[in-house]
Amino acid sequence: MTAQLIVEDLRVRFSTAHRVIDAVRGVSFTVGREKVGIVGESGSGKSMTARAILKLTPPQAKLAAKTLRFQEIDLAAATERQMLKVRGRRISMIMQDPKFALDPVMRVGDQIAEAIPADRRGSRAQDRERVLGMLDSVQIRDPKRVFELYPHEVSGGMGQRIMIAMMLMPEPSLLIADEPTSALDVTVRLRVLAILDELAAQRHLGLIFISHDLNLVASFCDRVLIMYAGRIVEQCAASELAHAKHPYTRGLLASLPRVGDTRGRLPVLTRDPAWLSS
Amino acid sequence: MITVKNLSVNFGAMRAVDDVSFDVDVEETFGLVGESGCGKSTLLRVLCGLNRDWHGAITIDGSTITPNRSRAFFKDVQMVFQDPYGSLHPRHTVNSVLSEPLVIHRMDRIDARVAAMLDQVGLGPAFRYRYPHQLSGGQRQRLAIARALILEPKVLLLDEPTSALDVSVQAEILNLLKDIRQMRKLTCILVSHDLAVISYMCQRIAVMNHGQILEELSPAQLTGTTGHHPYTAQLLTASRGYDHTLAQELPES
Repeated sequence: MTAQLIVEDLRVRFSTAHRVIDAVRGVSFTVGREKVGIVGESGSGKSMTARAILKLTPPQAKLAAKTLRFQEIDLAAATERQMLKVRGRRISMIMQDPKFALDPVMRVGDQIAEAIPADRRGSRAQDRERVLGMLDSVQIRDPKRVFELYPHEVSGGMGQRIMIAMMLMPEPSLLIADEPTSALDVTVRLRVLAILDELAAQRHLGLIFISHDLNLVASFCDRVLIMYAGRIVEQCAASELAHAKHPYTRGLLASLPRVGDTRGRLPVLTRDPAWLSS
Repeated sequence: MITVKNLSVNFGAMRAVDDVSFDVDVEETFGLVGESGCGKSTLLRVLCGLNRDWHGAITIDGSTITPNRSRAFFKDVQMVFQDPYGSLHPRHTVNSVLSEPLVIHRMDRIDARVAAMLDQVGLGPAFRYRYPHQLSGGQRQRLAIARALILEPKVLLLDEPTSALDVSVQAEILNLLKDIRQMRKLTCILVSHDLAVISYMCQRIAVMNHGQILEELSPAQLTGTTGHHPYTAQLLTASRGYDHTLAQELPES
């Protein structure tokens, strides 16, 4: 499998007057046309890594990488103007909560149509047809009705499907999903994931799936990267996650309660300072 | 300890809780599981007195509950909320969060009680004069538990106490809750959307949907394969992770 995205020694640093915080400390990985999961606790740097790929880190953050390449584009050296052609068009990002990521005062259909790149737009009627087709492909039953709705009139699951539709409109080849289903109920979550799974397979998309839910990542992705304190501590095939070797991954897995759990106490993760450097 | 009979709550035309009845024994932990909007949090808010508009009959520890409650009631029934970032006053120190309920309920030995309570939830004296923003999510939830327990209640209501926390911190908090409920002989009601957490913590589990309790089971019955309500089976499937073929079979919501 050829890699579309090559990340080598990626670093994100925040400097304040008092101290220096390294949010991402030398992360290297590649993404082909596959589903790659990034898991870790809050503050492990997983979201910052995703944002760094699109160079969407906050202005005070300092970004450095030995290699940051997407297909033929050197993202590390790309100017802001060049990034505009990458963001959304070729790499797009699905946010966690559709309630905050969608424009509350714009009809759903118009928002999705807005995601069509300017040079590919047709007449109003043609664009509308394309949006309706896209709504249909994210399995919205009555696209014509949903087209006219405002974001507050749709449920969480439907909102997330609308966001997926919007992000797929410019036909990107890499999709970054940052906790796309954390705000959804369990059963709705599975349906949204199934849609994402099918579309990624049909369109040969690469998918970076960020989550704190180990079970979900293990069952949904092809490959998993486990992040701790800004570093990747372990990489493995998703099916092998249960046999992970790193004590951090093992600790996380052990601390999860299970249905039918009879353990008296849950093992608590003891953090070894050596994990920060090894 | 707690008996709820034919409880209903209406919000305008919407019936949030629909004719719900259940009993919780002394020192039992009763679990309520369901998806958002199923009425599980509303039910807890009625029990702790935050929602006064309901129909039905509730008795807690032998006394019948009316919409207006006595001060003694609030001493006996305490609640821990979901979001430790939203449930603590940002400008009150740990010390004032913990001593305020003691002052209100005119209890003695305030200083000693606060110190002992901090120790019991694993925070220690160093945290006593900190503000909530100086605490991590797990530490805040420990503080929220301490605030609920400082009045020495008999009943502890837990509304998604770990859903805002990382899994490693969740394990710490669940262990703490297990220790404390045993030590203090607490009766608990735990509300969660996470079937694994509920089955780990509770002796009995009620599955809720659309304001109604669909069925009541034990954790053993939950892991068994027969006799589930179809909705329970669906939740169980979903809790096991993603499976393409199973996801296709789920009904449209």
